[in-house]
Amino acid sequence: MDLNFTQEELEFREDVRAWLAENLPGDLARKVRSDAPLTKDDMLRWQLILHEKGWLTYSWPAEFGGTGWGPVKQFIFEEEMAYACAPRLLPFGLRMLGPVLMKFGSKEQQDYYLPRMCDGTDWWCQGYSEPGAGSDLASLKTTAVREGDHYVVNGQKTWTTLGQHADWIFCLVRTSTTGKPQEGISFLLIDMTSPGIEVRPIQTIDGGREVNEVWFTDVKVPVENLVGEENKGWTYAKYLLTHERTNIAGVGKSNQELARLKELAASQKRNGKPLAEDPHFAARMARVEIDLMNMEITNLRVLAQAEAGGAPGPESSMLKILGTEIEQELTDLTRRALGRSAQALTPEADDPGFNGPYVAPEGFQHATGVYFNHRKTTIYGGSTEIQKNIINKMIVGL
Amino acid sequence: MEFTHTDTRRMLSDTIDRYLRDKYPLSARVEAGQSEPGFQPAQYEVLAELGVIAALFPEDQGGFGGEGFDIAVVFEELGKRLVNEPVMDNALVPGSILAAAGQSDAVENIIAGTARYALAAEEPQALYDLADVETRAEAKGDGWTLTGAKSMVKYSPGCDGFIVSARTGKGISLFLVAPDQVSLRDYATFDGGCASELALDGAEGQLLGKEGAGAAMLQEAADRAVLALSAESLGIMQTIREMTIEYLRTRKQFGVVIGKFQALQHRMAEMLLEIEQARSAVINAANAMALADPERARIIAAAKYSIGRIGRLVAEESIQLHGGIAMTWEYDLGHFAKRLVMIDHEWGDQDFHLARFIEEGRAA
Ligand SMILES: Cc1cc2nc3c(=O)[nH]c(=O)nc-3n(C[C@H](O)[C@H](O)[C@H](O)COP(=O)(O)OP(=O)(O)OC[C@H]3O[C@@H](n4cnc5c(N)ncnc54)[C@H](O)[C@@H]3O)c2cc1C
Repeated sequence: MDLNFTQEELEFREDVRAWLAENLPGDLARKVRSDAPLTKDDMLRWQLILHEKGWLTYSWPAEFGGTGWGPVKQFIFEEEMAYACAPRLLPFGLRMLGPVLMKFGSKEQQDYYLPRMCDGTDWWCQGYSEPGAGSDLASLKTTAVREGDHYVVNGQKTWTTLGQHADWIFCLVRTSTTGKPQEGISFLLIDMTSPGIEVRPIQTIDGGREVNEVWFTDVKVPVENLVGEENKGWTYAKYLLTHERTNIAGVGKSNQELARLKELAASQKRNGKPLAEDPHFAARMARVEIDLMNMEITNLRVLAQAEAGGAPGPESSMLKILGTEIEQELTDLTRRALGRSAQALTPEADDPGFNGPYVAPEGFQHATGVYFNHRKTTIYGGSTEIQKNIINKMIVGL
Repeated sequence: MEFTHTDTRRMLSDTIDRYLRDKYPLSARVEAGQSEPGFQPAQYEVLAELGVIAALFPEDQGGFGGEGFDIAVVFEELGKRLVNEPVMDNALVPGSILAAAGQSDAVENIIAGTARYALAAEEPQALYDLADVETRAEAKGDGWTLTGAKSMVKYSPGCDGFIVSARTGKGISLFLVAPDQVSLRDYATFDGGCASELALDGAEGQLLGKEGAGAAMLQEAADRAVLALSAESLGIMQTIREMTIEYLRTRKQFGVVIGKFQALQHRMAEMLLEIEQARSAVINAANAMALADPERARIIAAAKYSIGRIGRLVAEESIQLHGGIAMTWEYDLGHFAKRLVMIDHEWGDQDFHLARFIEEGRAA
């Protein structure tokens, strides 16, 4: 047993940290730190800075223009990004579609789409879920009917994250109704400017504007936009779920949130003493910190296994459950530490020129919204219940 | 032993229920919470006409109730329909203080719904502690002048006056301050209401009750507020309970209604038993209003602690059981869940009341 990072890994961490200190724009870090909403331009700006450095594709193999870093380096990189309060990189192109194209796409598709998702030309969104097909994704009904050299797509996708910004959507569509539902699904790339597509916003409970409904009426999609083979889409979607999930626990992000929570608890006063010294609150913080410490080691164990070439097992489901629950608990404690001021809605406090007084302490004006918004994390990407079903199936086997 | 309400209280709750069911759509309430003044003054007036406010005050103050169970019945009904009219903040709380200070005209107007007052007690540096007061009052002529800052003053727009806590040489006292004496910065609240930061810079104030008696008067009002919030919370939980049961019975995934999944059945069962625990806490607290401290204080603290803990559980579990739909603004559940969680941020959260429970237990 050796729980330490190697000398090389430690130096790598230093390099990443130094580069971030130099290159992450202060206004973006400030927004991320206070959970202020990011614009499309904010996200693209950061993406392009990373792209120029060659780190945008940090999880990609070298042959596709990636860094070729192993799981441990990727983990370190993500941790440092979180500590620096860098904008989160959207997974849809880089971590979802990208790997699918590398594995199952044609050479033409790889050459065309991969560079464009990096240089900011194409913003991708994910069109899997439908109103009737959430956890039971295979029951999806959006149809694609082949007519000559194109498909005609009809149906509705929903929960499409940031689809309002998207140039392209990758969709699971039904191309056959014979056999098992999983066997009639295809993976299709659809240009969002195609006639017949309508994007309708869904407002979230925190008032945010991050998800959409996407409606398709007789949308023509060239057959070249099919990834892999017809009716094999389910295999490709599942490939995504079982790969590249070593980063799912969000250790860096949670460590960063814990640090911020501790700062807040040190400055808030209860009975004349810092909240951090209040026995009830201190116990709450300690419990989540311990869970996080344990999870970090669990995550590193999984990484070491992946680095050695081991196949991923139920661990990714475990990390998804743990990571999201810890994240949610941290948002709960942060809101709690604000006391009465957690109720205040003061978006004006985001303005660079705002000169107070703050109702919630500076930088925490979005904490309650974040708490509610984070309820989504145990619902999407395979809900906690679905992950538990998976763990049981893989280990208990009944 | 008898766990049913009197006929009068049953009639009152039926009246409120019927009115709100017909005439208080959630959509209007949500919209009001996003615009000025943050609630629906016309609805507030109707509620007063229905006797909602009179039920909160005893006969000798011009009401027809005022006991713990009256408060519990009213606020449970308001909670069920997510009413955000400031019955607690502009009537129950200030009314009980003004009554204690012998301001009978003001109380009558409150009961009639023609006057509203707001309490400005908590300060920016304080975490729920009403004794953490830095605002100062100095005697000047036959009046007082106040200087300081108050935070999260609920429902201040259109108020006829503010009840402000401030320190004098004799400890904490309460003062009545006219609206033109304060400066306000208004903002919306997360659960669809409104609040203000309030600044006092040599504001003129009228002493309420005896100098130095403020802390005790505030505590009396706080106990009533905690009971009201706990009952409101219970009402909200009941609506969430109905919505969630209905959803579990109709939403299908994998070819069956999701209520068939045992994982969800157990989560739901836990929610159901905790809501019954919350109901018991509210009944116990309503009853305790007639008891003396420290017993009363202990039971009130126990109720707010329970409501805080169970409220969070019910809000989070109901969202999880619903899945993505519960994350949307358009679906009603989220609005109920937000108010439920925000109740833990008023008049002391669960940790605050757990500590109070322990302390009062030592005193007992
Ligand atoms: C904010 C947000 C962003 C999203 N972004 C995207 C996106 O970009 N692209 C996209 O395609 N999708 C996206 N989703 C959709 C997400 O993947 C679905 O919400 C998720 O699959 C759950 O489906 P559902 O919401 O229909 O809930 P349901 O599947 O209806 O689940 C309801 C409840 O039943 C439980 N349940 C279901 N089946 C079982 C079972 N077999 N055993 C036990 N319990 C079960 C669930 O855990 C949940 O508690 C997003 C969702 C949200 C909330």
